Amino acid sequence: MNFDLRGKKSTTLHAIILGVFSTAFGALLAFTDILTADEIALRMAEDLQASLVQVIPPAIHDNNPVKDSITLKEGAKDLIVYRALKDGKVTGVAYEIAGNGYAGEIKLILGVDAEGKILGVRATAFKETPGLGDKIDAKKSDWITRFNGLSMGNPPREKWAVKKDGGQFDQFSGATITPRAVVTAIRKGLDVFDHNKARILEVRS
Amino acid sequence: MSDNYRTIVKDGMWDNNGVLCQLLGMCPTMAMTTSATNGFGMGMATMLVMAASNLLVAIFRKQITQEVRIPVYILIVAAMVTLVDLTFNAWMHELYKVLGLFIPLIVSNCLPLGRLEVYASREPVMASFLDGLFMGLGFTAALTAIGAMREIVGSGTLFADASLLLGPAFKVLEIRLLPVETNVLVAILPPGGFLATGLLVVIKRMIDLRMGKAIATGPAGHTVGSHA
Repeated sequence: MNFDLRGKKSTTLHAIILGVFSTAFGALLAFTDILTADEIALRMAEDLQASLVQVIPPAIHDNNPVKDSITLKEGAKDLIVYRALKDGKVTGVAYEIAGNGYAGEIKLILGVDAEGKILGVRATAFKETPGLGDKIDAKKSDWITRFNGLSMGNPPREKWAVKKDGGQFDQFSGATITPRAVVTAIRKGLDVFDHNKARILEVRS
Repeated sequence: MSDNYRTIVKDGMWDNNGVLCQLLGMCPTMAMTTSATNGFGMGMATMLVMAASNLLVAIFRKQITQEVRIPVYILIVAAMVTLVDLTFNAWMHELYKVLGLFIPLIVSNCLPLGRLEVYASREPVMASFLDGLFMGLGFTAALTAIGAMREIVGSGTLFADASLLLGPAFKVLEIRLLPVETNVLVAILPPGGFLATGLLVVIKRMIDLRMGKAIATGPAGHTVGSHA
């Protein structure tokens, strides 16, 4: 074994340097992760709470929907349904729905009351073109609020589509794919409610 | 010494601007400049990472050998990006919700890597830190300008949603310059990025020519790929 640590060509030396840097920065990142993990989890919970407040009005419940959630089996995936309760009865539910947008998945949260009427929809995560597809964001346009109060049947099922596809919902200028994805996601979301209505409204005490 | 610092500021902001002269960091430049606010946000996040990684590389420049310097640089840039990502998410969450999308993209930017190779690996700590800071600031200025051009033509607004990024006090920045009907969609779509960037490079060179300066074509990080 001949380690020439001063020689310019010493592979061992380079390996050691690279190893030391990798270990040091790896440790730094692990340390930061430990330091921030709790805080980030807390922020995520706050975000969830904040998006729930937007689709379930605080007036209709006296519980914490995050705590009173149930899990439905939707195909292979688990769907968490956050339930708003008042005086022991389900007054509304909220759950995540998703559509295929122009740039990947659009995640939304849908709030529905006990009769299946939409309380509110909000886009929570998407990568749609800024200035075009991002009009689904409630902060940028009120487009998403047009679904409030509607349900499956009002309008009828075949009208749950953008105008271009013969439905009743406006697409916005320059973007059809994004609104189409949102409308489809909501339609499917309402179907989920109908299929699982008994389970969603059932309160075990 | 102060002369040296003045050169660093001038180089970063104008004479050797990362976007307009070195033509580095084209990926985030094209992708994130659909509005002035987006360009500004991307620029500021990049500036943080550049200042931090320039500082670190300058501190360890004598320990990092020639042969392993590229992996070490990439390691440092990636670590800084992750560090910024985690800390913003934990303690500046409101800002993170807007900037969060941009932060991981910094890894794909060649400008930080280029400055480590060309500058921080051979210059003293303070100068390297300032170089990172002002190269980052110049990058921010260029991205904000490109974003403003595309936003005005494409959406008719300027600094829309600035208050989401910077806080409610900046609501005054948000102005509508042109009515919605005059929007030219192509400015916001990817071709607009190339057009606006090209136009800005031309404008910068015309100003330089008029001022009688020789056109500076800075070291475009010759040992690194010339673009990302």
